Order: sequence, then structure tokens, then C-alpha cells
Amino acid sequence: MEERVKKRKNTRKLSFKEDIKKRWQLYLMLLFPILYIVVFCYLPMGGIVIAFKNFSFRKGIMGSDWVGMKYFIQFFTNPDMVRLLKNTLIISLYQLIVSFPAPIILALALHIINGNRFKKFMQSLTYAPYFISTVVLVGIVLQCLHLNIGIVNGVLDFLGFSRIDFMGRASYFRHIYVWSGVWQMTGYSAIIYIAALGNVDQSLIEASQLDGANRLQRIRIVELPALKPIITIQLILSIGCIMGVGFEKVYLMQNSLNLPISEIISTYVFKRGLRDMQYSFATAVGLFNSIINFILLFAANKISQKFGETSLW
Amino acid sequence: MQATSQTQYKNTKIKLYHTVPDRILLAGVWILLAAIAVIILVPVIFILASSFSDPSAVSAGKVFLWPVDFSLAGYQVILLSPNILQGFFNSVAYTVVGTVVSVSLTLLAGYPLSRTDLKIRKPVMFLFTVTMFFSGGIIPTYMVVSKLNLIDSFWAMILPSAMGVWNVILMKTYIQSSIPLEIFESASIDGCSDWKYFINMVIPLSKPIIAVMILLYAVGKWNDFFSALLYLNDTAKSPLQLILRNVLVTNDSSGMVMRLEEQMSRQELKTLMQYSLVVVSSLPVMLLYPFIQRYFVKGIMMGSIKG
Repeated sequence: MEERVKKRKNTRKLSFKEDIKKRWQLYLMLLFPILYIVVFCYLPMGGIVIAFKNFSFRKGIMGSDWVGMKYFIQFFTNPDMVRLLKNTLIISLYQLIVSFPAPIILALALHIINGNRFKKFMQSLTYAPYFISTVVLVGIVLQCLHLNIGIVNGVLDFLGFSRIDFMGRASYFRHIYVWSGVWQMTGYSAIIYIAALGNVDQSLIEASQLDGANRLQRIRIVELPALKPIITIQLILSIGCIMGVGFEKVYLMQNSLNLPISEIISTYVFKRGLRDMQYSFATAVGLFNSIINFILLFAANKISQKFGETSLW
Repeated sequence: MQATSQTQYKNTKIKLYHTVPDRILLAGVWILLAAIAVIILVPVIFILASSFSDPSAVSAGKVFLWPVDFSLAGYQVILLSPNILQGFFNSVAYTVVGTVVSVSLTLLAGYPLSRTDLKIRKPVMFLFTVTMFFSGGIIPTYMVVSKLNLIDSFWAMILPSAMGVWNVILMKTYIQSSIPLEIFESASIDGCSDWKYFINMVIPLSKPIIAVMILLYAVGKWNDFFSALLYLNDTAKSPLQLILRNVLVTNDSSGMVMRLEEQMSRQELKTLMQYSLVVVSSLPVMLLYPFIQRYFVKGIMMGSIKG
């Protein structure tokens, strides 16, 4: 036993060179993933410098002239900027407020009717939409909400209400975006909470029963505290994603009528950068977006640490 | 003994819900869940019913939850459209090759990083984790891909998003917690090299997590639309999702409707085809779904242990 401990200590004391010599096969294996990360994650990070340069393909990244903060200033003084920032923030906050509690409620509801076939059926049913691609989801939304042949307007018509042009009116965009997201993601996001509810300490449940707590009281006293660490982590992660509101779905749902409300920073970056070839400007806007995002994530994590709760790192 | 404890358990369960507030709560929960089930099912049934209906019935808005004038015209159009079939097979190729590449990379990263005795482990983990929180953004990534001459190539769909760092962490955690290092130590005394150990021990013992990875990556690749939008201009290389976008969202289906267009009103058929296309494109994943879901749940729970 002692010998083994010694041996381990010896392996720890290997120098870096010896470590490579001894485990070269492991280093060789790691080579491919590291190469991938460097090429497709770190090289683009280096490419961010073009936000401070007047990039032209002819001169390349290194050869292009420095312009300092020109593109940032151009963005901040742009009349579009306020609208873009507002659109991005409103849609992501709306999404956070609605789609964050939804899976918790679903998990608790399934927990209450515990242990029967209906629960299993509901679980399978609710996370099936997760597997649908964004394109198909948007297709389904367009078909169901279609002015003339969609089922929603069909039902409205049948009940004697007038038909609504959901996709033609900009004011409906945010609601459709957020609630179709709830439709698709709630079941999937609930899995983690359902798993946690399955691990609630049985003795706490029995104790609360002996004390005569009713079901709702038990949820407040036993189940919700058990979920607290996971809720905190999920909330921090969601806040860290606020500025990263899904490009794909917004882009697909955009049309000329809802553009004043549906244009967000990421779709703007895509259009200005790749369609209008304003690489440097678009990169500057994208960088601004990531920085805000990072600050939000960092702040959320700090706040959580302060309250003595779980933290990401 | 077993039976009595079970009946006792049942008794307490019945007792649980005998108070009035509990009953109200339970009733509310049942109503909520039933409403959720209806909301999830109605759009799906509507699409299915429409896809099996007659084109003119669909365009007249007559279809609700049951096919009107049953017909397979929508599916016929899809089968006769070379673009859609091409897209379907392109997607299959991207999914198969992409999944193989991605799972291999994730294994190659996950195993060495699970080795607590490896010197370089911590710096590499740090290098990987940073990318989860910070990225270069769309434009710089596009420029790297274009510098590598990958635009409009098959590999543009495979390489830029080949490895998910979160999946590497899942893999690493699984191997670390389920295969003790002592096994390797004794194997290496018997002269087993790192590589042999990886092939003969680690991979067979990691089958459950590899299954999860295959499913995660395959569904991601099949549904990937973003890479194609960014990196592919050549329509012959388009995956199904990009073609779907053109047909479903931007309503551009030029060259899709073939021979049948003479027989029926073109517009009606185009509308019908949208419904059938939603069904056809979701079919592969939905057919796998009953098999997938067990593993998927496991995978997410493995992630939640760490997260």
C-alpha cells in the first residue's frame, strides 16, 4: 500500500518532458481536439481585431489599416442602434420571464400526479417537440397561424371572431416567438428538474406528511428548496444567454412587415457582415454583443456567490 | 411482506389527497396537464391531417384535425422532386459523416482529459472551457472557414461545429467516474499502452455515453440550418433544412413542382406540399424517437450531475 502511494507521488513529480515521453499517445490523441479548438474557436477570436481595422480581403487581416474605435462609434451614433438594442433586450427578457418558470411548473405538475402512466405519456409528449428543427418549427407556426387556412384562424372563425393576420402584424412577433419557444423547449428543459425532484429526500416528505402539511405547503417547504441549486444555475446560464437570443429562429421568422420589431443585433450582424460585406463594422457590433453578454453572465454569477448560493466557477 | 408494505404505501397515498385543498390542487394539475397535451398535439395533428388531404380542401381552409378528401398528392410531389430528394440524401451524408467525426473528436478529447495523472489536463480544460463563454462571432468564424477554402465544400458542414465542449465535459466526467484509474495502472504494468487501453477498455466501457453522444450530434447535424446558410451557396450541396427554408418560410419552390403541376392548380399543390414536407423531414428523427428518448434523458441527467 505504502509502496503504491510512493509510486503515485513519483508519477506526480514527473517533469513535463518526461510526461510527454511517457504518455505521448495521450498527447497525440489530444492533438486533434486541440487543433480543432485552436482553428475554429481561437483563430476567430484573433480575427476580432478586424473590428479595429478597415478590413479588406486584398490586404488581409494583418495588412489592413488600423482605424481604432471608428466602427464602434459608427454603431453607437447609428440611429438603428437604440432600436436594435431595445428589440434584443425586450425579446430576450420576455423569453426569460416566460420560458424560465415554465419547465419548473411542468416538472412540479408531473411530480404531483406522480407514478402513473399518464405522467410517462406526458413526459414523452412534452419533450418530443425538442427534436423538431428550427426551420420546421417556424414552418409549423406559419401554417397554424396562416390567415386563411391556418387552424388557429379556422377556430377563431368558427367561434365567431374575426380572423387575425398573425404574421402580418409586427405587434404579434414577440408573442409568437416566445410562446412557440415555450411549445418547443419546455418539456426538454423540465427533464433536469424532474430528475432533481426524483431525488428529494424521502424522510423530509414523510416528516411533512406527519406534520399535516397539505400538498401545496409541501411543495413550498420540501420540493422547491430541493430544486433551489439547480434553479440558480439554470438562471445564471439563462441570464448569460440574454444577448445570444436565437439567431436562427428570429431570422427565419422575419418578414418585411415585422422587421422594425424583429431586427435584433445578431441578425443585423449577419446581414451587414455577410450580405453587405461590411466585415469590420459587423465584427465590431458582434463584439459589443458578446461583451455585454459576458458582463451579464459574470454579474449574475457574482450575485449568486454573494448570496452564498451555487456558482458556475 | 412485500404485499403488505405495498398496500400500506397505497393507503398513505390515498390519504395524501383527502383534504379539500389537496383535491382542488390535484384537479387543477390534471386540467393544466390536459391543456398542455392538447396544445402540443393539435398543431401536430393539424399538419398531419392536412398533409393527407386533397390540395383544394387544404387551400380552402377546410381541414382541421382529420384529413378531408384523403389524398397522397403532397407526398407524390415530394417523391417526384429531384431537389428535395437530393437535399434529403445530402442531409443523410452530412449527418452520418458529421456524427462519426464529432463523436471521434469528443472521445479523443474526453479520454485524455479524464486522466487525472496527465500533466497538461488542467490547461487544456481551461482552453476548452473558455470557448463556452466567449467566441469570435459569426464574421471572424466565417473568415477562418473561407481562408481554409471550405466555403461550398462538403467539409464546411462537418468541421466548423465538429466538437461541442459541453459534450467533452460530459464524456470526461462519465469516463472519470465509471472507469477507475487503477484498472489502467494494472493494465500498464502488464504492458498495455495508452492507445491499446483506450481501444480495448475505454471505448467498450463507455458505450452508454457514446450512444448519448451519437444521438446528440446526429439530431444536431440533421437539424443544422445555420452552417448551410453561412457556408454553402451551391444549391446542389444544400441540406434538407435549407431547402425546407425556401419552401416553408420564403415560399420559393421554383423547380420543385414537377409533372403534377399540369394536372392541378400549382398554387394549391405548393401549399399542400409544405405540410407533407414538414412530415417527411421530421420523420427520421420521430421514427428514432421512442428509441432515442431513454438515452437522451440519461444524457441530460449525466450533465445535470455536473451542472
